[in-house]
Amino acid sequence: MKEILVIAEHRRKEMRDVTWEMLSKARQLAEGMDGKIGVALLGHGINSLAEDLRSKAHQVFLIEDPRLEVYNAETYQRVLTQLIIERKPFLTLIGHTAMGMDFAPSLAVHLKMPLATDCIGIDLSGETFSLTRQLYGGKVNATVSFSKNGPYMVTVRSGAFPVMEKDSISGEVISYPSPLSDEGLARRFLQYVDAVIGEVDITQADILVSVGRGIKEADNIPMVKEFADAIGGVLACSRPVVDKKWLPKERQVGTSGKTVKPKVYIAIGISGAFQHVAGMKGSGTVIAINKDPKAPIFSVATYGIVADLFKMVPVLKEKIKEMRKK
Amino acid sequence: MNLIVCIKRVPETADADVSIDKSGKDIDKSGLAFDLNEWDSYAIEEAIRLKEKMGGTVTVLSIGGEDSNESLRKCLAMGADEAMRLTDPAFDGSDGLARAKILAEAIRKIPYDLILTGTQAEDDGYGQVGAALAELLGIPHATLITRLEVQEKKVKVHRELEGGLEEVCEMDLPAVLTIQTGINEPRYVSIMGIRKVAKKEIKTLNASDLSLKAEEVGFAGSDIRLEKVYLPPTGEGAEILEGKPEEIAVKVFEILKDKGGLA
Ligand SMILES: Cc1cc2nc3c(=O)[nH]c(=O)nc-3n(C[C@H](O)[C@H](O)[C@H](O)COP(=O)(O)OP(=O)(O)OC[C@H]3O[C@@H](n4cnc5c(N)ncnc54)[C@H](O)[C@@H]3O)c2cc1C
Ligand SMILES: Nc1ncnc2c1ncn2[C@@H]1O[C@H](COP(=O)(O)O)[C@@H](O)[C@H]1O
Repeated sequence: MKEILVIAEHRRKEMRDVTWEMLSKARQLAEGMDGKIGVALLGHGINSLAEDLRSKAHQVFLIEDPRLEVYNAETYQRVLTQLIIERKPFLTLIGHTAMGMDFAPSLAVHLKMPLATDCIGIDLSGETFSLTRQLYGGKVNATVSFSKNGPYMVTVRSGAFPVMEKDSISGEVISYPSPLSDEGLARRFLQYVDAVIGEVDITQADILVSVGRGIKEADNIPMVKEFADAIGGVLACSRPVVDKKWLPKERQVGTSGKTVKPKVYIAIGISGAFQHVAGMKGSGTVIAINKDPKAPIFSVATYGIVADLFKMVPVLKEKIKEMRKK
Repeated sequence: MNLIVCIKRVPETADADVSIDKSGKDIDKSGLAFDLNEWDSYAIEEAIRLKEKMGGTVTVLSIGGEDSNESLRKCLAMGADEAMRLTDPAFDGSDGLARAKILAEAIRKIPYDLILTGTQAEDDGYGQVGAALAELLGIPHATLITRLEVQEKKVKVHRELEGGLEEVCEMDLPAVLTIQTGINEPRYVSIMGIRKVAKKEIKTLNASDLSLKAEEVGFAGSDIRLEKVYLPPTGEGAEILEGKPEEIAVKVFEILKDKGGLA
């Protein structure tokens, strides 16, 4: 029977959402091909996570080792090489996350396995995969296939596959021996550094006014800030604005910044790359201002304004100020 | 310190009206501006800063046609010492893995202590080449680097994880690091600066120079095949607010009162 192997992602004793998303997709694929779902869980002191996974997989392969306390590309590669060679899964699923981006490409080379990264769609007909990826920051979609025979490896985008409610599988937990030894590693984990807590907490705001690279220069930021003030909103931003040091990191929305759920989110000059959208799609109402009618942000926005922000924002500010006075 | 940086020239699409070309396998690139991949501009800047601090040389590599000279020259103007372009009709259609193979063969021929790539390319966004390259060369790697410090035969790095969390690790050299945006502020290059390096030689290497067989690269040497590209379905999409800016402002005000609790 064919097996789909999901590599569980967890950090600091908590399972990451992408794991459940991959298991949900694996379930759907397995049902279509009469296959089984296995999940590899590498870590230390994580028996309760293994228990949690039983409902979603036929077999939970638990590899316990103090050397797996934290993720490391090298230890993961050694453990997964052994597991994959032994299990011969037809498909291995890994998150396209800070963790998966780090170990999947090298593991695939090591195992000589075809790899498709950052997929948002996985369709299988017979033995042939048709995968959906995005190009050019989400402005274009692509259908890709494998040109070699399997087994295959696919990394999946976080949030791309919904978690479906299904009956529990009540699979078994199988302890797998760890192949690791104390032999030296060329890469060594030292410590985590937590995000610095800044002055403002953008996650608490009811109205967020978020500015992106479309603002062009640091000198133009005050214009957006004034608009935010005029509507009682808090200023937030996309990543390039932080990279360029125009606003501090604590204001950044997205996968590597904050996840926000304001009542109203106004995106100004933001294209809507998935790493940004992942941080704001839980917002109640989204208003996007962008001069490009094809900007991906419009597919997640409730309301769209196709306009030059430099013309639009000052008018919004003045007019709303005036109306609020009345 | 021998530093190598892999760079790619990509079309600038964020502000552009993108359409699909006749082949159905790519976007129509006529009329688009091209530039150095955003992530690579941070990688080259980081390499030059290391060289300025510790001495050594910076070599930039790019797989691509003659157009790529423009981006290689930009790197030379920023302060790189040497540029090499890897080019061959056999390289056409290379996926992330095949590109990593080409880069690996070129790098094997030169001395290196640290190799920097971008985290991902803006165009096809595989996020794959750097880590694959490290495995092909048999050296350690770390991705998503936001800070690095070279110590004796070692490099200490900060890796960006989700939600603002970072991981610090150290690695033995030589190693591959994939650089994340924001690690530094890439220097500006003036037209004068580019002119100064206009005559500088850019070496080219083809498949046979790299001892690569045709079946190892290009379409034949790739594991994934692009079937088609298309504009993403917009789904329900946004309700577009139309009218004069003042009229739109009235609508936005209503939405803010209704949904945002604006008084
Ligand atoms: C691992 C990783 C993590 C990441 N984490 C994050 C994250 O947490 N948050 C995040 O935001 N990004 C993140 N990114 C980056 C992300 O991929 C995009 O590069 C980024 O979101 C783009 O920001 P932007 O939309 O502001 O800029 P661009 O994509 O450059 O878009 C600018 C937009 O402004 C519009 N515009 C330009 N001029 C005007 C004008 N005059 N009027 C109106 N509109 C105009 C353009 O049409 C365009 O749509 C991450 C990337 C990686 C690889
Ligand atoms: N054609 C190329 N030439 C040189 N380096 C490349 C090329 N394509 C990708 N790279 C490098 O690999 C990184 C990641 O690209 P990718 O894996 O394609 O998303 C880029 O930031 C570059 O550093």
